[in-house]
Amino acid sequence: MDLSVINPVLFVAGFLVAATPLIFAAIGELIAEKSGVLNLGVEGMMITGAICGFAVAVETGSPLIGFAAAAGGGAALSLLFAFLTQVTLANQVASGLALTLFGLGLSALLGQNYVGIKPPRLGDIDFGPLADIPVLGPVLFTHDIILYLGIALVAATWAVLKFTRAGLVLRAVGESHDAAHALGFKVKRIRTLAIMFGGACAGVGGAYISLIRVPQWTEGMTAGVGWIALALVVFASWKPWRLLLGAYLFGGITQLQLNLQGAGVAIPVEYLAMSPYLITILVLVILSRDKSAAPASLGRIFHASS
Amino acid sequence: MKLSALLTGAALALGLATTASADAHSKTKVGFVFVGPVGDGGWTYEHDQGRLAVEKEFGDAVETVYVENVAEGPDSERVMTQMALDGAKLIFTTSFGYMDPTINVAKKFPDVKFEHATGYKRADNVSTYSARFYEGRAIQGHIAGNMTESNIIGYIGSYPIPEVIRGINSAYIHAKKVNPDVQFKIVWAYTWFDPAKEADAAKVLIEQGADVILQHTDSTAPQAAAQEAGNVITFGQASDMAQYAPKPRVSSIIDNWAPYYIARTKAVMDGTWTSTDTWDGIGPGMVGIGEISDAVPANVKEEALAMKDKIASGEYHPFTGPVKKQDGSDWLADGEVADDGTLAGMNFYVEGIEGTIPQ
Repeated sequence: MDLSVINPVLFVAGFLVAATPLIFAAIGELIAEKSGVLNLGVEGMMITGAICGFAVAVETGSPLIGFAAAAGGGAALSLLFAFLTQVTLANQVASGLALTLFGLGLSALLGQNYVGIKPPRLGDIDFGPLADIPVLGPVLFTHDIILYLGIALVAATWAVLKFTRAGLVLRAVGESHDAAHALGFKVKRIRTLAIMFGGACAGVGGAYISLIRVPQWTEGMTAGVGWIALALVVFASWKPWRLLLGAYLFGGITQLQLNLQGAGVAIPVEYLAMSPYLITILVLVILSRDKSAAPASLGRIFHASS
Repeated sequence: MKLSALLTGAALALGLATTASADAHSKTKVGFVFVGPVGDGGWTYEHDQGRLAVEKEFGDAVETVYVENVAEGPDSERVMTQMALDGAKLIFTTSFGYMDPTINVAKKFPDVKFEHATGYKRADNVSTYSARFYEGRAIQGHIAGNMTESNIIGYIGSYPIPEVIRGINSAYIHAKKVNPDVQFKIVWAYTWFDPAKEADAAKVLIEQGADVILQHTDSTAPQAAAQEAGNVITFGQASDMAQYAPKPRVSSIIDNWAPYYIARTKAVMDGTWTSTDTWDGIGPGMVGIGEISDAVPANVKEEALAMKDKIASGEYHPFTGPVKKQDGSDWLADGEVADDGTLAGMNFYVEGIEGTIPQ
């Protein structure tokens, strides 16, 4: 066992990257759920975003346009879910599962010509002298713009939900759609927008995997991150900062256990492999002892006549 | 990630159920159960190539069906049962974790023939088949040992099963032979297919000094991670992965299931199928060695090809003594060759490898 082979700077940089897809997908789902919509299609929207972003980045040579396309692709797919649940009033759980299956199939179809291609690289932001600060520099200031955008998005989500009228309306719709409707808010329109926001975020999260974290296109490459994001929203009690903490915990421990394995630490590998799930759940459960409840209208179908 | 696979499996099985029974009697129906997507570019991709070869060989006389992303365990049992109920006469189950489910389902359908890949449990209507991947690993080890400059070789394992451990041992023995200072860093991913995790594992190994990455997982993600890192070499796993040649991918192990799948399908059609245990290597062509790229020094390439020929002809066995076990006890005496029984159930590292096998 030789712990000195683990470079803490690279380790932290690594887990920030590993956590970013999760942050995007989960924050998007958090907004959707805050508006009272349970969208189980995160995985499908992520994988669709992954291929849309990848394909467009390869065709245009610009990763940033790729990310924009990923957001567009994820949002477009989520419109299908919005149509099913908001217009035809279909069951949200079934529609969400269908969306995941559809997204997996659609992405496999779209991606057929993109297997084995190397995507254009998104460069790190140049922070100038900041990046030369020992330890902190490489940890904090040597990343791509999307990673910072993810953190900014968490902060913005928190601020909007807490301090703005828009956030208040969104929460009102999620808590009691009948009351919100009686007050004159357009419940369906607000929910559709929230669903699209969730889709766009999931799309960017997926593209972060295909363009930066791996980077390549492979069928089914999100391999369950969407489901982890869904669980994370619940365990974080629908609170943005906890969600960020949970994502970093999960990403961090995942990276740590790989590092420890490589360093030959004498902890049984099975425990290391399950530790990210276990510790993330444990910490978030302890944090959520304050009984923060789910949005009261979560998953319920709204119809103006009822 | 299990749930998504489960749901995909469930939906596909439903799809199968509805398309069945159209002309069930005129065609021989052959089913395939896959652990990953057919587009993984590795393990499942090659099995699907075998399936397509069967279709091409027999044309309208066969009908093939497959379900991809089937989780190992109970879910696979359900998928197999559905296939058998839908009239499949022959079912290939292509991952180690389908072993017990295959045996269970085979008991319920004595008239259906089953073929389980990489396992060791057989029955009257269950055959097993596998390829001697460790022969290819020996060649990889030889190239890796010669080419590493940091003397650290990273190895991404999937699950600690005999097949994977054999590969690690074989690669290690041959790397050590040409480079006594070589060290193996082994990371268990506990998945066959998860590109992000595989890429993370590769990155961690590279960060810890490895300049060669060997993988026993199914996707090309570690290749992409190595390419990104630069100056790291890799080997294609299960499939050629030539899109990453000439570097990082300097060679590969290619599984070629097509001849076997065609022969077994033919046997079912002729009524000559019997339960067998097939374990073929480079010689019969079940294991192929992908082109060794120019990134490999010419003399190393020559030696590697010579080793390949010797293995193919049976002149050389990758597990030839003297070899000791990790704990220092004797395993193979000088010149002794490992027997298939020990290899099939291999659950120990050879001397020199650090770490313990998860039990």
